[in-house]
Amino acid sequence: MPAVTLRVFRGDAAAGGFRDYRVETEPGMVVLDVVHRLQATQVTDLAVRWNCKAGKCGSCSAEINGVPRLLCMTRMNLFADGETITLAPLRAFPLIRDLVTDVSYNYEKAKQIAPLRLKPPEADGSYRMMQEDIDRIQEFHKCIECFLCQDVCHVIRDHDTKPVFAGPRFFIKLASLEMHPLDTRDRIDAIRREAGLGLCNITKCCTEVCPEHIHITDNGIIPLKERMVDEFFDPVVWLVRKLRGTPKAPAS
Amino acid sequence: MARDWETQEHDVIVVGAGGAGLRAAIEAAAQGVSVGLICKSLLGKAHTVMAEGGIAAALGNVWPEDNWRVHFRDTMRGGKMLNNWRMAQLHAQEAPDRVLELERWGALFDRTKDGRILQRDFGGHRYARLAHVGDRTGLEMIRTLQDHAIHQGIDVHMETTVLRLLKDGDRVCGAFAYRRDRGDFVVFRAKAVVLATGGIGKAWAITSNSWEYTGDGHSLALWAGADLIDMEFVQFHPTGMVWPPSVRGILVTEGVRGDGGTLKNNLGERFMFRYIPEYFRAETADTEAEADRWYTDKTNNRRTPDLLPRDEVARAINAEVKAGRGSPHGGVFLDICARRPADYIKKRLPSMYHQFKELADVDITKDPMEVGPTCHYVMGGVRVDADSGASTVPGLFAAGEVAGGLHGSNRLGGNSLSDLLVFGRRAGFHAALYAKDRGGQLRVEPREVESLAREALEPFSRAGGENPYAIQHELQETMQRLVGIIRTESELREAIGAIERLKERAGRVRVEGEGAYNPGWHTALDLRSLLTVAECSTLAALERRESRGGHTREDYPKADPEWGKVNVVLRRKDGGIALAREPLPDLPAEFQKLLGEPS
Ligand SMILES: Cc1cc2nc3c(=O)[nH]c(=O)nc-3n(C[C@H](O)[C@H](O)[C@H](O)COP(=O)(O)OP(=O)(O)OC[C@H]3O[C@@H](n4cnc5c(N)ncnc54)[C@H](O)[C@@H]3O)c2cc1C
Ligand code: SF4
Ligand code: SF4
Ligand code: FES
Repeated sequence: MPAVTLRVFRGDAAAGGFRDYRVETEPGMVVLDVVHRLQATQVTDLAVRWNCKAGKCGSCSAEINGVPRLLCMTRMNLFADGETITLAPLRAFPLIRDLVTDVSYNYEKAKQIAPLRLKPPEADGSYRMMQEDIDRIQEFHKCIECFLCQDVCHVIRDHDTKPVFAGPRFFIKLASLEMHPLDTRDRIDAIRREAGLGLCNITKCCTEVCPEHIHITDNGIIPLKERMVDEFFDPVVWLVRKLRGTPKAPAS
Repeated sequence: MARDWETQEHDVIVVGAGGAGLRAAIEAAAQGVSVGLICKSLLGKAHTVMAEGGIAAALGNVWPEDNWRVHFRDTMRGGKMLNNWRMAQLHAQEAPDRVLELERWGALFDRTKDGRILQRDFGGHRYARLAHVGDRTGLEMIRTLQDHAIHQGIDVHMETTVLRLLKDGDRVCGAFAYRRDRGDFVVFRAKAVVLATGGIGKAWAITSNSWEYTGDGHSLALWAGADLIDMEFVQFHPTGMVWPPSVRGILVTEGVRGDGGTLKNNLGERFMFRYIPEYFRAETADTEAEADRWYTDKTNNRRTPDLLPRDEVARAINAEVKAGRGSPHGGVFLDICARRPADYIKKRLPSMYHQFKELADVDITKDPMEVGPTCHYVMGGVRVDADSGASTVPGLFAAGEVAGGLHGSNRLGGNSLSDLLVFGRRAGFHAALYAKDRGGQLRVEPREVESLAREALEPFSRAGGENPYAIQHELQETMQRLVGIIRTESELREAIGAIERLKERAGRVRVEGEGAYNPGWHTALDLRSLLTVAECSTLAALERRESRGGHTREDYPKADPEWGKVNVVLRRKDGGIALAREPLPDLPAEFQKLLGEPS
């Protein structure tokens, strides 16, 4: 395969801009391979985050031609011959350097979510859960915390609502706890007040970029919104649902 | 760049936030001491996140016949008896509780029909034993631990790399580190330190391991005066991707074979039947029909040779490729599509499906995969006390992949994730006890810190022109070529010479730019530990004149009973590395009997 032109953001919070580089490629490469080659041969201090190079750790998030994606799961054959490939850091988070941003906002939000409050075990001291009762939650547990959904969400991007908005990644986290067969905590108030679910207007941009193909909006956010409405008006609904222990029928 | 540093103080610091480090930090915090958790990457991105197939624990949910004794026996036999028996015992006994504990912290494993944790088959395990979540078990495990840990009052220092352990006399008193984001230095003062830094696989060119696996913990321990054992035993996982070149080495979980996939050569033969070693003959199926029946009836059939321990399978693949019976890109075929329906494959192995589809344009529900060996895991590590994880240096503990002993000469799949929990918990507990018991003022010598800072910054101001990436690359090629699956004296000697020359060149490495988030600089600093573990592994491989587990010598092709009684021990001496052969702990009579019995 021929050389390609990478247009890469270089710089930090103080100053920076795009620079063009020519890099040789080989068949089968992903964008991260090309970035590594650039780093090894031309720009040794090019800042980029990565770990697994297999779409499993969610470290290598960036914006490729304006679209939030994983560098390690974006194949070079996606681009037309001769096309310039533009690489920029995630826009929603403060820049550290080059392609690396400060994602600590997400870790702070994670900390605000109260942990599981375990229900008492069965008579024999153990817990039983049926596969069909956890299928939906297992979908949420696929999240690799790449924060691409957070990056694309306009509530985080365009408004200074970070203090009162957890974002799509943490809505599905909350949904997974809310639907967890062993959790007994009432989270509705926290979801409404602290996580700011009401600010989401279901644009579904988050779902579109999720590399794990999690149905963030249909299976996570919308059911949560429904519960919020139901239970705000009728706390008994919550109690009944918790006692029955069955998650609400999910969309698929 | 500033040569000064900030100081952080904790009772216990844990270096590494994979499964072992997180579990250690949680346990130490539960003992009421202050805990600092330090990791090179962001929280939740450690290697543990990549683990696929499952976590081994004799829960007995699928096969009630299973119990800790069977697990113990499998582990010892898989490691060709070089294991520390006491670690193997604790591991097998405690793994079920640790898995159930994860469940109480919110983990959702795949379920049996009656609502219990489902278990899958894996190489070397007598019964289906691996608790799992499809093929993303490590993700479930690390996220559960992470979400639990963040509510325990632990101070987390992300993207912070420890460069050196600090000592006051004989005793460890902290660590010297830098923060990636700004390049600033930090001194962590602590009464006890737990190393949980993972492995060394980045020293090889074809590897399933990430940039983090530069053997930092192994080197930190060695430099601080601790013993390393079994460094010759490096696991080459039989099934890594081989094509396209840029994904070479990425892991294909053993779960593919556990769920019914078979290995074939380019003649379509299930060649593993030709590679059943004497040691496992009695418990391995010798016909295809028996092997196929075993998946559903383990009482009346023996295990398929596709699921022999990893060292055996990796050598067999190596031999098939050498004999010209390999796949087009130098591997062999791993076929599950011919044997299991597409739905089943997608449900059980979603991330393998995804990985092949996205990275290799292969639909594994329709076509076989091409696979070959990839450097995966190091059995060797810091010599520890089995019960407490204490190293030979006071105040220094180790757990997880960085610790040696549990797996002997070869690790069984699934036994790492359980190792992390069992021994992470133990090391965290005992480090906290140690910190509480031994008070006293520990002194960090400012002049020492100053000189460490100066040394770390040297690559910015050197006149020499060596590129850190180029040296790393050459080391990886050297280790791949000369210290790979099959070793021989002349090549190992050649490797030692090459490593010496690379060490000299590493002394002339120069980096561009500034201290803030500068991967060139990070690579230059990692070279020191990477070269150290490469040397350790090569020296130990040269010393052990026999073949056993993850160490195969062409010039000594047989296992030698005398070598079966000793560990190769490495320790620092006069600025160099000294080797010794030291006897294994004595195996109690009751276990001798258990291990001697036919299965
Ligand atoms: C692709 C893949 C699949 C696997 N599948 C399985 C499986 O199915 N079952 C199984 O049992 N095992 C599996 N393994 C093996 C297992 O995942 C690892 O052995 C295990 O996760 C190691 O855990 P750990 O806690 O020891 O270290 P890790 O999880 O690797 O964590 C190491 C930590 O140390 C930190 N660190 C390293 N050096 C420094 C330093 N200098 N300063 C500060 N921090 C540092 C890192 O940042 C990281 O946080 C797999 C491995 C791979 C690569
Ligand atoms: S659906 Fe809601 S959370 Fe998702 S991107 Fe749109 S506003 Fe944000
Ligand atoms: S929900 Fe999807 S996009 Fe969002 S962080 Fe998780 S994996 Fe990434
Ligand atoms: S490097 Fe892990 S997801 Fe890309």
